[in-house]
Amino acid sequence: MQFACEIIISPRRDILDPEGDAIGRSLGRLHFEGASDVRVGKYMTLQLEADSAEQARERITEMCRQLLVNPITEDYELSVRSL
Amino acid sequence: MKAAVVIFPGSNCDHDALHTCEQVMGWSTVPVWHESASLSGADLVILPGGFSYGDYLRCGAIAGRSPIMTAVKAHAEKGGLTMGICNGFQILIEAGLLPGALLRNSCMEFRCQYVHLRVETADSGFTRSLQLGDVLKLPIAHGDGNYFATEDLLQELNAEDRIPFRYCTERGGVLPEANPNGSLENIAGVLNKGRNVLGMMPHPERASEAILGSADGRRIFESLAGAFAEVGW
Repeated sequence: MQFACEIIISPRRDILDPEGDAIGRSLGRLHFEGASDVRVGKYMTLQLEADSAEQARERITEMCRQLLVNPITEDYELSVRSL
Repeated sequence: MKAAVVIFPGSNCDHDALHTCEQVMGWSTVPVWHESASLSGADLVILPGGFSYGDYLRCGAIAGRSPIMTAVKAHAEKGGLTMGICNGFQILIEAGLLPGALLRNSCMEFRCQYVHLRVETADSGFTRSLQLGDVLKLPIAHGDGNYFATEDLLQELNAEDRIPFRYCTERGGVLPEANPNGSLENIAGVLNKGRNVLGMMPHPERASEAILGSADGRRIFESLAGAFAEVGW
């Protein structure tokens, strides 16, 4: 079965995100009051051949562990959808 | 002493490192392509600066998993001298040979300038000819050199004397105004537990001859020569 997978990677809450801060300040200069805590991450999609959604999820988790995510600085969320 | 300089796609300080090892220090030096499996029997392995794989994914992430890294890990694990400069430091962290992380500079700028480093330990092959408190003038050129460590790791690095260099003022003051990138505690370099692997953001290989504006970097290479002559590694 073919699965469409999405991975959202974001900087961990305890990590300074200077890019998010700079964007937040820029929003403030544009008078978007009330916008705060801007965080900038990454969005990835990939297609994966697997026997089940569970197996697809396991394999992506392993990809995240080995390459896609740095656990010291980043958190991630997965979603898997059969095609 | 035989040195190997690993070249990744996007390395751009490889020739500076080759020049310093070969021409300035007089060592037998070999360039090693990242797809190679062998370090050609080198005693010292240098991962040079640059932008390996265009900094895709995270700086050093893809290079840190390239074929040559199996040999680099084996070399480091048996106590072999291993030095990562700038992108090389990022690669060593991504490969798991050094702890912590290098984040985007807190100022959000690419910093290309001279900095001063205070020598914080002489207890390593890289710093054995230096004195505690010596100040080195070296260049930096990076956008992601903001050293981060968890509180526990920071405590461990300090307790084990594994922070050989901190950014400082010209007169040696480790002060916030001397910190070019927001690194925790002005950390400019770290050692592994075995003290044979060093990662540092500043470039000693670009400052090893007076004609380049500073020859202070040469003192690190001279330390290595002395360490090698004495211990034989």
